[in-house]
Amino acid sequence: MTALLQHPGYDEERLKGVAEKLPCREVQAGMLLSLMGQPHQYSYPSIFIYGHRASGKSHVMHVLMKELELSHATVSCVECVSIALLFEQVLLSFFGCDAASLLPRSPSLSDFVRVYRQQCSQSPAKQTRYIVMEKAELLRDTDASLLSALLRLQELVEDNVTVILLSEIAWDKFRPNTGCFEPLLLHFPDYSKSELQQILSQNVHPSYSAGFYSAYINILLGVFYSVCRDLRELRHLAALNFSKFCEPLAEGKVKETDTHKLWKHIEPHLKKAMQTVYLREVSSLQWEQMQQMEEEEAGALRGLSAHTHVELPYYSKFLLIAAYLASYNPARTDKRFFLKHHGKIRKTNFLKKNEKTSNHLLGPKPFPLDRLLAIFYSVVDSRVAPTASIFSQISSLVTLQLLAQVSHDDQLDAPKYKCAVSLDFICAIARTVNFDIVKYLYDFL
Amino acid sequence: MATSSVSKGCFVFKPSAKKKKKTLSLESYFVQGCEDAESSEIRFRLCQELWDEIKTDTEVLQDELNRTILDSLLDFTRKCSSTRQNSDWTSQMRASEIPTAALMLGVNVPDHDMTFQSLSDMLKQSVSPHVASVQAKECGALKHLMKKVLERLMDTVVVVDDEDEEENVETSPRVHRSMHCSLGILCDWYTARTKKSPTGTPGKKRSSQVRDEQQQPPVVIIFKDLEAFNPRVLQDFILICSQYIDRLPLTFIFGIATSPSTIQHMLPHSVSSLLCIELFQSLSCTQHLATVIDKLILASRIHFKLNGKVMQVLIGVFLYHDFSVRNFIKGLQLALLEHFHSQPLSVLCCKKKQALFNVTQLSKPNLDRIRQLPSFKRYVEKQEAQEQVNLMTDDSHLKEVCQQLIKDLHKYHKNYYPILRCLHTLTSSLPRYPLGKQIRELYLICLAKNVWENEDYQSAMKLVKMLAKGEMVSLLQKCVEILQLSKSKKMKNALVQLEELLAKFKQLDTATEMTPTVEASIPSPIKNLQKKTDLFQLQKTLLEMNESRRAKRLSPFENLRNEALEFIDNLVKSHLSPPESQPLYEVCYYSSSATVRRHLNATPRTSIQAALSNPYYYLQNDSLKSEDGTVSNTAPDICIAYKLHLECGRLINLYDWLEAYSTVVSAAEGNDQDSENFGKVDEVKHARFIRAVSALEFLGFIKSTKQKTDHVARLTWGGC
Ligand SMILES: Nc1ncnc2c1ncn2[C@@H]1O[C@H](COP(=O)(O)OP(=O)(O)O)[C@@H](O)[C@H]1O
Ligand SMILES: [Mg+2]
Repeated sequence: MTALLQHPGYDEERLKGVAEKLPCREVQAGMLLSLMGQPHQYSYPSIFIYGHRASGKSHVMHVLMKELELSHATVSCVECVSIALLFEQVLLSFFGCDAASLLPRSPSLSDFVRVYRQQCSQSPAKQTRYIVMEKAELLRDTDASLLSALLRLQELVEDNVTVILLSEIAWDKFRPNTGCFEPLLLHFPDYSKSELQQILSQNVHPSYSAGFYSAYINILLGVFYSVCRDLRELRHLAALNFSKFCEPLAEGKVKETDTHKLWKHIEPHLKKAMQTVYLREVSSLQWEQMQQMEEEEAGALRGLSAHTHVELPYYSKFLLIAAYLASYNPARTDKRFFLKHHGKIRKTNFLKKNEKTSNHLLGPKPFPLDRLLAIFYSVVDSRVAPTASIFSQISSLVTLQLLAQVSHDDQLDAPKYKCAVSLDFICAIARTVNFDIVKYLYDFL
Repeated sequence: MATSSVSKGCFVFKPSAKKKKKTLSLESYFVQGCEDAESSEIRFRLCQELWDEIKTDTEVLQDELNRTILDSLLDFTRKCSSTRQNSDWTSQMRASEIPTAALMLGVNVPDHDMTFQSLSDMLKQSVSPHVASVQAKECGALKHLMKKVLERLMDTVVVVDDEDEEENVETSPRVHRSMHCSLGILCDWYTARTKKSPTGTPGKKRSSQVRDEQQQPPVVIIFKDLEAFNPRVLQDFILICSQYIDRLPLTFIFGIATSPSTIQHMLPHSVSSLLCIELFQSLSCTQHLATVIDKLILASRIHFKLNGKVMQVLIGVFLYHDFSVRNFIKGLQLALLEHFHSQPLSVLCCKKKQALFNVTQLSKPNLDRIRQLPSFKRYVEKQEAQEQVNLMTDDSHLKEVCQQLIKDLHKYHKNYYPILRCLHTLTSSLPRYPLGKQIRELYLICLAKNVWENEDYQSAMKLVKMLAKGEMVSLLQKCVEILQLSKSKKMKNALVQLEELLAKFKQLDTATEMTPTVEASIPSPIKNLQKKTDLFQLQKTLLEMNESRRAKRLSPFENLRNEALEFIDNLVKSHLSPPESQPLYEVCYYSSSATVRRHLNATPRTSIQAALSNPYYYLQNDSLKSEDGTVSNTAPDICIAYKLHLECGRLINLYDWLEAYSTVVSAAEGNDQDSENFGKVDEVKHARFIRAVSALEFLGFIKSTKQKTDHVARLTWGGC
């Protein structure tokens, strides 16, 4: 706490405000403040902060920047569909929209540097300017020179500017192989259970006592901590289930202090929440409505993954079956399965030991269109003309993501596919057309 | 247009816009090459009227069918926007998720367009003006998706804007709009638009919920085909949107063709946890088709009909290939056009009054056509000798008879459909569905031949004979309801009789109440039958029941039931004869199933092979005619090359091929077999050969191979 409260150059009252808003992150915030130094001093050119999701990276930066009124630009890398957008946002927040409009149509890095220098010579920084890059891991996908340049932007634009990168990925996985300026690293560790307890307990419901709410959070963490440490998610779950927790209280059955009874009441409910809302099988809106419904009614509500049935046209079903067989049977066994008079194929030769039962473990294998059609024509029970609609059904299956095209889109000659459905799914499909697919699968022979 | 290019490639020549094509009107297209040009104008008009009627009908139907699901969707968007504006503890604490409706539409993708069209129209009308729909194929990258969404949300509104919004637009930073697309700009635009609402007076406090809703209308983004989207693009887009959800009331609608679990396949938990997903199930396509058939096909109102084979083709395409109702209607349209185009007598395929008038206007050749109609010939044969002569020679007499026949045909249809529906009602819930579960199946049976001669019909009747009283009465009651809708005289008579029968059944009720018989206590045998699934068991019980029945004396209920059945059977026999039995049925029924199949279910491969092996089929040049399936040596080069390649194995030696080709072509040129130059390869032949070979490669019959020099690989099997 004290580490945070004493930083020359910053108002003490403000620091106190910061400390209040950042429980359990005092150390990291203090560290950051020391790195930043006094407002007018140059700071280190780039700082790299990493930690898992919802470990408070954005939150800490936001609070620091806002509370201490530092000049800053926060840019989310997901949103910057082009680097132009990134440059524009930085210029906009530091120098206003006139500056941003000075950029040419598709600006290069040097355009940005030029405009920046020109602008900052007109309005030089009295205090350090900060550029906060959210979700910086996406920078890895862009041109490597952008990252290198950002890391030493201070030097390039000759201004008192510091770039702070926030990432969920450690720096080691970041470093371009050409080498670059090394930023200062700062790790935000995951919150521990007691830290989560402390942070979550702050959002007390206005009409209940802090102790009561804290007990609720304790129960909640007891159920969820093993599967979820995401603060945002936990807070969401806490909000969704609190009314249920208070139910016995409202009915006058239990006193606020009788934690055990409250626990008995809420625990099965939370367990159920873990299997439904938490997985987003059921939406939070539905969950809230369910709580108001009677038990049996609520049971009728099915989750998202319960709906897997897909109704397909007749030939599409067979095409999919053929694709499944082609994906999971070795090509050399086709003769055995699909030729009426395949003669004697020696059993020892046919069944290779380690090949058996492993096809399903290895996942679908790609197959050419020819093989798909050959199998299709032998499994479908009637004579089918090779019409255009058969072929268009194959591409429909690809758009529906039931088949995956393995070869490139542009390859017109002998395209390859993979079957992308599960055994359960294909069995259900095969049943509707009275086709005993298991008999045709090499793994189940 | 020529290109000079060193490298191989394909070149796109866009047609120059200046080159003016002579634009023909629809009608002149129709008239061109039409049989019997004289009446073609009338036929064109009739055809169009009919099509317009069908089209509006289908649209109305679609709207009705979509109504329920759209209503619940609208409710959802409204509900979401209202919970969003709450400011109690719970809504503050819970993560603000993006409300998302997962709309399950089924795999009939071609039909979705219409649904989405009406959906976005209705949303715009009653929820929010800000609706944008996007399709996967226009959004390959996040950038494009973003651009499309912004364009559709902001520009459409800007265009629609009236004057008072003008200054609003100016105050918002216009510079940025033209520069980059980010949701921030959309936010600014949204706040600018909603801040100054025309109804709300800015000074007053916003107290009413309704006005709040008006001022914060949701921004709806429709993803028409979720499966086809690149998951990365979608994930990023959702991530971005979730950052703005506090300022921008976004709502998503996902159009899903397969199953909701695709959402979980496409989006990881970290992304799907940003959404509040609710499922909406739309009507299944088979139900949709059933209603379309019910309203368009089984209606005496629409005089154009399909015969059994054509129906079979259309339904086959639907069930086997695409599940698309839109394509079904397109097929209907095709048949309609073909009918009016190719059948001169289709002038009589219209409303009765008009048809009767058109009969009087028939030209001599058309009257002769009538005499040639198979159905009319059959009719003539049944007449007396003198009448036969009259019909064949006296035009005015023929016209009179035709008028009568047309009237009969209309009556036939008026009676046909109600009886068909009655029969369907009686048989559609029998175990094992001997006459089909859907009315279309029964209809196909009835179109094919006399239904009462069908074995399935007889077994269905036997099953009906076993219905318990309650079931029987309720089914007959339904039949009464069907007949009530009909205005034809015969149907009204039938209705009266049926009601009498029903009354007797009810009298029986009161009678048995006084003297309870065994019958009442016996559970309906058919109920037990339904449980038995295998055929053998079924037949056995049927036999047993028959025998036990014979042994017993018939109870009054059984007597009555038999009476009812006989009545139904008579109705079927007198009204459900197939259309072929009706004189002049050709006027209304379209029967060329081959044409329809050829158009709807093309077989490119077969056509190419036909063209190559039998060029006469397409070119109609007499010199190409050949009886024994051989290709004449005057055929186009590619046909000769094709024919020769059929004789080769998997790998084809190019030089041998060339030589063989050259020999054939030389023979065609009439060169002397013994001359020295015969069969010699000259430059022109060489070039022609190369061209033919590359055409074959383009068509996918051969491809180059590295296995052997100077060889190409054959890609097809099978001999000549
Ligand atoms: N120490 C903290 N005290 C209070 N709230 C916190 C704290 N750390 C994180 N949060 C909250 O948790 C949520 C997620 O934090 P965030 O900073 O977005 O995580 P990150 O950027 O690391 O993914 C935010 O809503 C934030 O308000
Ligand atoms: Mg963050």
